[in-house]
Amino acid sequence: MSTVVETHDHGHHGPAKGLTRWLFTTNHKDIGTLYLWFSCLMLFIGGSMAMVIRAELFQPGLQIVQPEFFNQMTTNHGLIMVFGVIMPAFVGLANWMIPMQIGAPDMALPRLNNLSFWLLPMAFGILLSTLFMPEGGPNFGWTFYAPLSTTYAPSTVNFFIFSVHIMGISSILGSINIITTIFNMRAPGMTLMKMPLFVWSWLITAYLLIAVMPVLAGVVTMMLMDINFGTSFFNAGGGGDPVLFQHVFWFFGHPEVYIMILPAFGIASHIIETFSRKPIFGYTSMVYAMSSIAILSFVVWAHHMFTVGMPLAGELFFMYSTMLIAIPTGVKVFNWIATMYKGSISFETPMLFAIAFVALFTIGGFSGLMLAIVPADFQYHDTYFVVAHFHYVLVPGSLFGIIAGVYYWLPKWTGNMYDETLGQLHFWLTFVSVNLTFFPMHFVGLAGMPRRYPDYALQFADFNMIISVGSFLFGISQLLLVFIVIKSIRAGKKAKPEVWEGSGKLGLEWTLESPAPYHTFTVQPEVK
Amino acid sequence: MAYLRKCYFKFYQIVFLILPASLLGEASDYNMPVGVTEVSKEIFDLHMLIFWVCVWIGVVVFGIMFWSLWKYRKSKGAVAADFDDHFWLEIGWTVVATLILVVIAIPSTKVMVTAYDDAEGEINIMVTGHQWKWHYKYLEDGISFFSNLSTDQEQINNQIPKGEFYLREVDEPLVIPINTRIRFLITGNDVIHSWWVPDFAVKQDAVPGFINTAWTNVPETGIYRGACTELCGIKHAFMPVVVRAVEQAEYDAWVAEKIVLAEQEKMLTSKEWTKAELVERGESFYLTNCVACHQVNGKGIPPVFPTLDGSQIVLNDTQRQIEILMEGVQGSAMAAFGSQYSEVDIAAVITYTRQAWSNGKNGDSAIVTPQDIVAYKNRTEL
Repeated sequence: MSTVVETHDHGHHGPAKGLTRWLFTTNHKDIGTLYLWFSCLMLFIGGSMAMVIRAELFQPGLQIVQPEFFNQMTTNHGLIMVFGVIMPAFVGLANWMIPMQIGAPDMALPRLNNLSFWLLPMAFGILLSTLFMPEGGPNFGWTFYAPLSTTYAPSTVNFFIFSVHIMGISSILGSINIITTIFNMRAPGMTLMKMPLFVWSWLITAYLLIAVMPVLAGVVTMMLMDINFGTSFFNAGGGGDPVLFQHVFWFFGHPEVYIMILPAFGIASHIIETFSRKPIFGYTSMVYAMSSIAILSFVVWAHHMFTVGMPLAGELFFMYSTMLIAIPTGVKVFNWIATMYKGSISFETPMLFAIAFVALFTIGGFSGLMLAIVPADFQYHDTYFVVAHFHYVLVPGSLFGIIAGVYYWLPKWTGNMYDETLGQLHFWLTFVSVNLTFFPMHFVGLAGMPRRYPDYALQFADFNMIISVGSFLFGISQLLLVFIVIKSIRAGKKAKPEVWEGSGKLGLEWTLESPAPYHTFTVQPEVK
Repeated sequence: MAYLRKCYFKFYQIVFLILPASLLGEASDYNMPVGVTEVSKEIFDLHMLIFWVCVWIGVVVFGIMFWSLWKYRKSKGAVAADFDDHFWLEIGWTVVATLILVVIAIPSTKVMVTAYDDAEGEINIMVTGHQWKWHYKYLEDGISFFSNLSTDQEQINNQIPKGEFYLREVDEPLVIPINTRIRFLITGNDVIHSWWVPDFAVKQDAVPGFINTAWTNVPETGIYRGACTELCGIKHAFMPVVVRAVEQAEYDAWVAEKIVLAEQEKMLTSKEWTKAELVERGESFYLTNCVACHQVNGKGIPPVFPTLDGSQIVLNDTQRQIEILMEGVQGSAMAAFGSQYSEVDIAAVITYTRQAWSNGKNGDSAIVTPQDIVAYKNRTEL
């Protein structure tokens, strides 16, 4: 027995060399890196689509693209940002950090981990290839409402359906892996209520994913049947119901919204406690708040459909249940502020992004509360007010959470500090441009500009110009992030194991060397 | 540079002049329209109420946050305290948040109950969303017509200056009398559309196979402009809603006139049409209904929108062209126009396309008469 262990020890000290390291890797850090770079690539692809949209909307009239291509851009921008950027980035962070935060050597199911990553490039390869087909890619919005996405869709919709299936499988496999890891591989002494909040946020997220990805798979399968096999799930002409599509889609879609924000809550909690040099306030209520948000997310879906024609009782039910979500969300914001209160606060780049996250996500929360009010929603629905709302929660919300996490843990990954001056510059450029882009959208929306319009009436022209200028600045600023990350990988001030002052007592990841060794915690640490 | 300066001044103007004005609840171009109906005014007040609630929560929460960030900054030597929980504080802010929500929920429910009322109207109008135009049918008087965008394609393509009501004008607006309860029965013909008039606070999805209701009672005469707000395909942005609210007397006169016109239209089918008359009528029909896809020059935008200029069907196959116009093309944007327009219009536009561009000299340039369409209908109905 002992000889076997010895040969094993001599075999694996570091990663394999060359391309096969990345193709066949089962190491959580390598897979985390793959996820993060994939998400970064997708950010720029989805981002350039947004640039096309904003360039077209810079002025009224059709200048750069035709409406047909414009619709393909809005659709693919949404799909890529949701499924190709935010979700994979969080999975990448989970892969890197969950084993290190719970004191495990790796993920529980390393080969499954490899598979769930490599499914993604295939899914997005298929999706993006449709843009080069004669009929063009999906053009029915990222919410792909039937019958526009069935009877009236280009035939490339079949590629889209296949791609969504693959994404779904990838997410489900990833979630199974995360849940198994968290339940089986925690260090001795780490009870559930001692888990770091990022781990908690991902545990809840993983359950949400397992609950709703099959629903998404179901709805696209029903589309596939309607398109190719003569069923009429969503075709009124055959006795079906187009509104059924929306119910099923949003039963997936609303939990999906929280899938995209909960891990950011976890990240923000760690960063705020680190840079306030004070333990997170109300740990228990943070856990309960996240769980309540997750549970409530299953009973609010129809607030996306207030104008679809529901009974009065339905409208009121979904209004009340949606308003309830403001309570746990508010509690989280109050807890973060109470953590800052009487702290000793410094303002490194991760903290700046985390503060901006709290402030701007809250603004997104306010507009969310306004949208929940049914009668008012009759005026807001499907206008730029909604676009402003979900971009506020997804860009300065989820994306800032991801960027903050990257800055926060980057020294632990690379062993080098990032360039703080450039980081601060990146933050301020991003902060200014994100507001310049998305804040005026509230006003054009209230003034009556519907979303998904390639061309608009003259009274919206001034604001659209400002929005476009802001978005170009935002897009360019993100190149700086890539530069900072690459610079830190190549060189930089050496990071200590405890990268941030006093972080050593905040989590197991800070007890490791910087950079963290290829295999960590081969002997499990004890948590007291 | 001048461009940037313009943007800067606009930005300045918005931040320092318009924003404060709209925050004070004034009607402005950048806030929700107050509208003209009772419901739209109630909704506006509700919107401002929630807005102010959010502003005050924001002032308090962000106030405490930024004050803490300032007061307890490490650079001024702040030393961190060590507390991490306070049971009653957690309970306290949960209760306060709940109470605020209840305060908002009560007026919201009240307004919702008023807005939601599907009782019959004095006038009932069926609104049908088509790709990409609205169809209105007055159920009592039997009047029905399509309402198309009337903005020139040249304006959209930036070839000529844009008019004041760019993309907000139609060839034939919906006409309603003031101070009358109007009920709208809203449905879709192909995909889901959504009929929105901000000044009435009416927005209702037009779902194929289902009929939704909405109502309004407009107290002031005027022209009210709205839009389609559910993505419905390529021309989603190009199917505005325009409603003209008029005095009862004017409305009655309009109805009488529409009924006479409809009678005359029916007579046209049996009339003997000359080629020139058909081409003239067909050209105006083409420019309203066909140019968006097939373009003014008949070249279309292949492969999505086929070219008509030089098409074998348009050149030499009259029967197939009639069939396409009448039945549409499955899986494409070409709708079944036979059920939407009169025999005269269908015949005229077919005749026009066979004479227009290079088709007149290259094809059979046959005339299609309204009788041919009637014959087609008789044949297919058998």
